[in-house]
Amino acid sequence: MTPLLQVKGIEKRYGARIGCMDVSFDLYPGEVMGIVGESGSGKSTLLNCMAGHLEPDAGQVIFDTRADGPVDTVTMSEPERRMLSRTDWAFVHQHARDGLRMSVSAGGNIGERLMAVGDRHYGDIRDRAVDWLGRVEIDASRVDDRPSAFSGGMQQRLQIARNLVTGPRLVFMDEPTGGLDVSVQARLLDLLRGLVREMGLSAIIVTHDLAVVRLLADRLMVMKDGHVVEAGLTDQVLDDPQHAYTQLLVSSVLQV
Amino acid sequence: MIELINVSKSFTLHNQGSTVIPVMEGASLNVVPGECVALTGASGAGKSTLMRVIYGNYLAASGQVLVGDLDVAKAEPREILALRRETLGYVSQFLRVVPRVPTLEVVAEPLLAVGCGKQAALDKAAGLLARLNIPERLWTLSPTTFSGGEQQRVNIARGFAHEYPAMLLDEPTASLDAQNRETVLSLIEEAKSRGAAIVGIFHDVEARARVCDREIDVSAFTPGLAA
Amino acid sequence: MNEYNFAYLDEQTKRMIRRAILKGLAVPGYQVPFASREMPMPYGWGTGGVQVSAATLTPDDTFKVIDQGADDTTNAVSIRKFFENTAGVETTEETEKATVIQTRHRIPEAKLREDQIIVYQVPIPEPLRFLEPRETETRKMHSLEEYGLMHVKLYEDISQHGAISTSYAYPVMVSDRYVMDPSPIPKFDNPKLEMDAIQLFGAGREQRIYAVPPHTKVVSLDFEDYPFEATKADHPCDLCGAEDSYLDEVIMDDAGNRMFVCSDTDYCRSRREAGHKGRLAEENAA
Repeated sequence: MTPLLQVKGIEKRYGARIGCMDVSFDLYPGEVMGIVGESGSGKSTLLNCMAGHLEPDAGQVIFDTRADGPVDTVTMSEPERRMLSRTDWAFVHQHARDGLRMSVSAGGNIGERLMAVGDRHYGDIRDRAVDWLGRVEIDASRVDDRPSAFSGGMQQRLQIARNLVTGPRLVFMDEPTGGLDVSVQARLLDLLRGLVREMGLSAIIVTHDLAVVRLLADRLMVMKDGHVVEAGLTDQVLDDPQHAYTQLLVSSVLQV
Repeated sequence: MIELINVSKSFTLHNQGSTVIPVMEGASLNVVPGECVALTGASGAGKSTLMRVIYGNYLAASGQVLVGDLDVAKAEPREILALRRETLGYVSQFLRVVPRVPTLEVVAEPLLAVGCGKQAALDKAAGLLARLNIPERLWTLSPTTFSGGEQQRVNIARGFAHEYPAMLLDEPTASLDAQNRETVLSLIEEAKSRGAAIVGIFHDVEARARVCDREIDVSAFTPGLAA
Repeated sequence: MNEYNFAYLDEQTKRMIRRAILKGLAVPGYQVPFASREMPMPYGWGTGGVQVSAATLTPDDTFKVIDQGADDTTNAVSIRKFFENTAGVETTEETEKATVIQTRHRIPEAKLREDQIIVYQVPIPEPLRFLEPRETETRKMHSLEEYGLMHVKLYEDISQHGAISTSYAYPVMVSDRYVMDPSPIPKFDNPKLEMDAIQLFGAGREQRIYAVPPHTKVVSLDFEDYPFEATKADHPCDLCGAEDSYLDEVIMDDAGNRMFVCSDTDYCRSRREAGHKGRLAEENAA
C-alpha cells in the first residue's frame, strides 16, 4: 500500500531558532495521527509546513495525488498546491473565524469549495450545503444565516462542513477543539470521529490536549523543541511513554 | 496463535532519577486456536502487564510477541491497528468510549470497522445486548451514564461482537450476577469452539476451572520472584 | 491655453498612463497598476477616467462626457469644461459625433463604432474585493484564475433575494481569462460590453487601469439554473416611447405619480427629434 503522505526530513528555522527539525513519517490512508507538545514545541510550524502554508527550509512532503501518484508538494507549482488544498486537502483552524468567511451565509461558506472547483448549479450547491449542515448537526433553517450569529461550537462545525464538502482525503487540524466548552468539545470529537470513519479520511491533528488524541488519533507523535521525541501507537505512547518528556507530559495531566 | 518468546518488560522513570524497574523477564507462552489459558499469580505479579504487552499497549523491551504472523513488539502502529481491528480482541475491565454515542452503536462499532453492513452490525449488537440483559430502553443512550455492572456488560458485548481469532479477557466475570456470568461463560465457550485462542485473567476460580484449559503462573516471569 | 500643457497632464505622465493602457489592451481585463496623479477634483469625481481621457485625447478629437447617461449633470458638465479649458478639444453631446466618450455608470444606447473610444470611471476596480479584503490574496486569485469566490457573491444574492440581485457592476469574465468589474453600469448594459469600440477603465484612487479591446468576448457570470438577464424597468420611455433603452424612474409629485425616461439623454432627444413620442411627450412639451 502506498502511503497517502510521506514526510521526509522536514526542517524549518526562524533565523537561528529552530521551528522544527528532521521530522519524517508516513501516513497511510484512513490513519489519524496526533501531534502533541507544549506551546513552542514546533507542532504548528510542522503542520503549516505540511499543509503548504509555510515553506520548509529542507525536506519533502510527498502526497499520493489522484492523477499523478506521489508528488512532492513542496516543489510543485503554487497553482497545483492551491488546487490540492481546495480539493483533496482540508485545513481546520483553531479559530473558526480564520477558516470561515464571516460575512457570507453558512450555505455560501459550504458552497465556496464546490464553486471553486467549477460547480455552477445553484440548486445542487444549495442541496449539498443543506445536506452538510445536517451532517454536522446544524439545523437546515440556519443555511442563510451568517456564522457571526452562530455559537463557537456551531462555527467550528460549520468550518468542518465547509472543508469536507469536496470529499478531501487528508485533513489538517490545528487545535480543533481549543477554546470550546468541554461539553461542546465532546460533541465535536464524536462528530469528527464519525466523519473520519464514514469518509475514510486521513487526518493530522495538532493539539496539546491528550484526551483529544486518545479519542481521535490512531498514532501519536510527541514534539519538544522542534524535534520528535517519541512516536507510536496512541495508547502505547500515553500508557507506556518511553521518553522523559512524554512521561512528564502524561503525568502532568489531571486525572478526573 | 498467541506466542511469546523470552519477553521482558521494564519501566524507566526518567523523571525520578531514571530509575529502571524491571517487571517481567523471560516470559514465554504459546496458546493455540480453540485454547483458553488463564494467567495466575498474586496481585502485582504482572498479569495485566503481560496482557498489555500482547495487545501492544505496553512496549516489550525484548523478545518476540507473536499474534498470528505479526510480531507486536516490532510492528508498525498501522500493523497493530489492523491486528486489533481484525484479529485480536481485548475485553478490559473498564469501558472507554466517546461520550454521546448510543450503546447500540458502541457495540456495533467493531463490526463496522471490519466492513460489516450497518444493519447486520446493529442486529448482531442488539442480539448481544439482549443476551446480556441490557434493557432495550437503554440502547439509544450513551453507556457513560450506566451503572458499573451495566458498563461491564456493554464492554463484553462490544468485545464479542466481532469474532476475533485471538482474544484477551481481563476479569470478564467480575461484578456480574449469576445469570449474566453464565452468559459470559457461554460466550467464551462459543468463542473457543469456533477456534479462538484466548488469554484471560479470572479471579473467579469456578469460572476459570470451567473455561480454561491451562493456567500459567506469571510469578515465574517476575524478576526477583522467579527463584 | 498657455497656462496648461495639452489636456492638463505633463507629457511624461501621459506616457506612463499610455503604457498602462497598452498593457491593459494587451491583457484584456487585467488590472494594470499606474501612478495616479492628484487631479484638481476630488476622488470619486472621475479622477481615474479623467487621467485616461487626458492620455487618450488628441487635438483633433471630439469629446463627450456622460454621467448616468446624462450630458447635463454637474459631474459631466465640469469634466467637459475641464477639457475644453485645458485641451481646447471640441465637445459634443451627440454620441455619433464623439471620438472619445468618458462615462460614469452607463454605456450609450447608440452602437459604438471602431473609431471610438469609451472611457469608464471606476470607483472600485477589484471585483473580488467584496469578499476578500487582502490585495495580496486577490492578486493571487487573479493570477491563478481562482474565481469561485465570485460565484459565492452571486450565491449569496440568490439565497437572500431569490434571484441574482446584483443589478449594477455585475461581474464579467473577459476573454475566458480575467474576471472584471465593468464599473457600476447597470447589468442591462453588460451585453454591450462586446462592442466595436475600445473600452478603457480608469480608477484614480485605486490606481488601476484596465481595458477591453474591440470584439473581445465578455461573459456575465451566472448559474446554470439562474442565468444572467439584462433587465430594465418594464416600460417604454414616457418621452420618446423607446422600448429598448435603459430607463430612469422619476417621481413627479407628492401624489406618487411617476414617469420613466431614457437615462441616455442624447438617445432620447434624437428619437424625439425624429418624431417618436411617448405617453407624456405632449404635456412635457407644453
